[in-house]
Amino acid sequence: MTYFQNLGEQASSGQTSSSPTLGRVENVSRRGLFKGATALGGLVLAASMLPRSAMAAYATGAGAMPHGVVTDPRVFVSIAPDGIVTIVAHRSEMGTGVRTSLPMIVADEMGADWARVRIVQAPGDEAKYGNQDTDGSRSTRHYLLPMREIGASARTMLETAAAQRWKVPVSEVKTGVHEVVHDGSGRRLGFGELAADASKLTVPAAETLRLKDPKEFRLIGKGAVSITDLRDITTGKAGYGADVRLPGMKYVVIARPPVTGGKMVSFDPAEAMKVPGVERVMEVRGWPWPSKFQPLGGVAVIASNTGSAIKGRNALKIVWDDGANAKYDSVAYRAELETAVRAPGLVVRNDGDAEGALKTADKVIVGEYYLPHLAHVSMEPPVATAKWTNGKMEVWAPVQSPGGTREDLAKTLEISADDVTVNTTLLGGGFGRKSKCDYVLEAALLARELNAPVRVQWTREDDVHHDYLHTVSAERIEAGLDKSGKVVAWRHRSAAPTIGSTFVADAKHQIPIELGMGLIDMPFDIANVRCENPEAAAHTRIGWLRSVSNIPRAFAVQSMVAEIAHATGRDPKDVLLELIGPARIVPFSASVDKPWNYGEPVESYPIDTGRLRHVVELVAEKAGWGRKLPDGHGMGIAVHRSFVSYIATVVEVAIDKKGVLTVPRVDTAIDCGQFVNPERIQSQMEGAAVMGLSVAKMGEISFKNGRVQQSNYDDYPVVRIDEAPRVTNTYIVPAAAGTPPSGAGEPGLPPFAPALCNAIFAATGKRIRNLPIRDQLAV
Amino acid sequence: MVKLDINGQVHALDVDPETPLLWVLRDKLGMMGTKYGCGIAQCGACSVHIDGAVTRSCSLPVSAVSGKVVTIEGLSPDSRHPVQVAWLAHQVPQCGYCQSGQIMAAAALLAEKPQPTDADIDAAMTNICRCGTYGRIRAAIHDAAASKA
Repeated sequence: MTYFQNLGEQASSGQTSSSPTLGRVENVSRRGLFKGATALGGLVLAASMLPRSAMAAYATGAGAMPHGVVTDPRVFVSIAPDGIVTIVAHRSEMGTGVRTSLPMIVADEMGADWARVRIVQAPGDEAKYGNQDTDGSRSTRHYLLPMREIGASARTMLETAAAQRWKVPVSEVKTGVHEVVHDGSGRRLGFGELAADASKLTVPAAETLRLKDPKEFRLIGKGAVSITDLRDITTGKAGYGADVRLPGMKYVVIARPPVTGGKMVSFDPAEAMKVPGVERVMEVRGWPWPSKFQPLGGVAVIASNTGSAIKGRNALKIVWDDGANAKYDSVAYRAELETAVRAPGLVVRNDGDAEGALKTADKVIVGEYYLPHLAHVSMEPPVATAKWTNGKMEVWAPVQSPGGTREDLAKTLEISADDVTVNTTLLGGGFGRKSKCDYVLEAALLARELNAPVRVQWTREDDVHHDYLHTVSAERIEAGLDKSGKVVAWRHRSAAPTIGSTFVADAKHQIPIELGMGLIDMPFDIANVRCENPEAAAHTRIGWLRSVSNIPRAFAVQSMVAEIAHATGRDPKDVLLELIGPARIVPFSASVDKPWNYGEPVESYPIDTGRLRHVVELVAEKAGWGRKLPDGHGMGIAVHRSFVSYIATVVEVAIDKKGVLTVPRVDTAIDCGQFVNPERIQSQMEGAAVMGLSVAKMGEISFKNGRVQQSNYDDYPVVRIDEAPRVTNTYIVPAAAGTPPSGAGEPGLPPFAPALCNAIFAATGKRIRNLPIRDQLAV
Repeated sequence: MVKLDINGQVHALDVDPETPLLWVLRDKLGMMGTKYGCGIAQCGACSVHIDGAVTRSCSLPVSAVSGKVVTIEGLSPDSRHPVQVAWLAHQVPQCGYCQSGQIMAAAALLAEKPQPTDADIDAAMTNICRCGTYGRIRAAIHDAAASKA
């Protein structure tokens, strides 16, 4: 039993420091709604606690995730006799701040002093901790309320222990900061003094819990807490995947089949074995395509250090059988996709009669948009360390899904999950790549075969050549306008190889989660809407990359809005608001089979055009939409709902006489409902602008003869400081009462590229329909 | 045998002289603050100082190291280098993986140009941050410069 006992694991300390001075975060009231709530708030000051039932007004999809939610405080909280409170972070830290913000929720609700809170990282164990998948911008959305319940349970147990000690009714005691106080006598007991007694109590039933009135929050929503690893990061002490060293550890680099679905025929290890430090060369097992998260196979070089392993790997002579995808060629494939969207495809939404309305329209505007494959290239390439001891596997790895990794390890090694330990390190970026544990499975298989601890290090070239790439897509939108310029018909065809192809052979249609990312959930107030998904075969591993299909969908839809504005001689923001229409709840079309709402119930997470309109109006006002700009400058706007959040972005560009593009300013408004750490939301919006600029300006993975043509940051460049937006302002909409939390990690990305390209059009009259922009602006 | 002066300590190491300095630091000496990001001197995650000049250790054979090496672990005895202090104040890192290199590059820049302009920062700070912390890096460098002025 570990009730409230010190876990004895290595913990890092919570730290507090001032908010950054760069840019601005402003909390801006949602007009009307929030005013009303504030006025009411003045009248109900008496209670500082609310019954849980009052706070549980919203449901989430958390319970439907594998292994659901665990809210047992004994799993997540321990208190040492010296008062140090240790809180478990069960989600992975890849830069969003979640390792800090989830424990912060517990600490606030239980009344803990953040300076006396330590955070420990959970190993992969979903039976114990509940779902641990850190993706889909879900962590705060699914865990705000459960973490509050955990904190409230712990607080209640401490209060009960104090009341029993003092022999007073529990109603007479309350929790201050890190102590429990008796109202009448002023007696106080610190958390540490109560821990042992509290640990003997039963956990209170959820429906009896009383949660803090949000007005009483000290940490949640304040943005005054720095990430727990901040100091360690600045001193080089923070531990990432490659920073684990075990006695006797071997360093491994693998040559994998250069074409997806290919396999090794023969290899000659002679030259590799001549490299000083190389100890052994051996085949590693691969799985047939589609290989899901299983290893690709190939030839491993085992050495005494990483440098030797890389050099040895590069000296290998290998004959490959390239398999079925040997002809994959980006130029030819692009033509295939563009042909596909010019013909009818599988109808995935059909409201009214778009075909008929397009025929009778006064004017039809057609936009075809193309976006290539993208690679994640997080700064830390995939890496994993594994140790096999007496039939048990222990790994240390930067994984977004420690629970899923544990299950996949057990399956692959054909051992019980009880014999698998997955230790989650910090992630040097993830962006979806590290949800797929192929690199961990490689390390585990080799550790068992060599009966030695091994670290498998992917080089950057390995990462670029063997990623689970963001899809490549063609998007074609036809908008039919009546005589007054009103849009009366909308047909959107989207063709792109599906993530489903990584799991199911020959999958050619997008799966509901992809269709639900900006295609079938398009909220415009248009009578006749038809969405089609023509077939597209996959020839490489397709995976999810930050915001996934929302990238091409937002680009197409929000570019089209500006194209309509141009065609009708109107202001793009006005046309955007007109298309969104009046504030209302938009139901998912009855014509859609399995509509995807990011896994959330529509009752608590509807498509709310009032919130969509509001972020548009807010960002336009803050950015000074319509203000006079210097020569060569232009402003563009875009809005997109994704991960059940609402984000609008205005980008200002400057383009010089040679066509060189710079971004002096970005303004982003986000409505993500109730939020925990506005400072980290701001950092996510800043990062999304930079990543969005990389996507728009230079991001492209291409194929020839089945092989990825890029290898590293020299030929797959990303934005550096000289090109980054100079100023990024973030405006966070305060949640109206009862608005549940939604995503923040991903949804900043989709509106950026269309806002940028709309700005380029405003500045130059050049419409960018194909990404990346690269030299399209050159004069 | 290769002799290296790292953070004021001299190490005699039996390594292949062609081994990049990065792997000697990480795999031989266990100094894990210096990171691998690309292996071709593109991203700067492996940045160290050699006689004060910022150098990408992933592409430098250990036999070519002729000066005193300083890594993130040795940048400041009390972790209070003005760049580190500014990094805390601005909460620069997101995932943090590139930040050792960013801090080493910024420290070298400030040593050479105590009051860098934005253009100086653009020219010197060529390290990649995939999380996109550049705005805060710029602000933190200006702050660190002001604190030293």
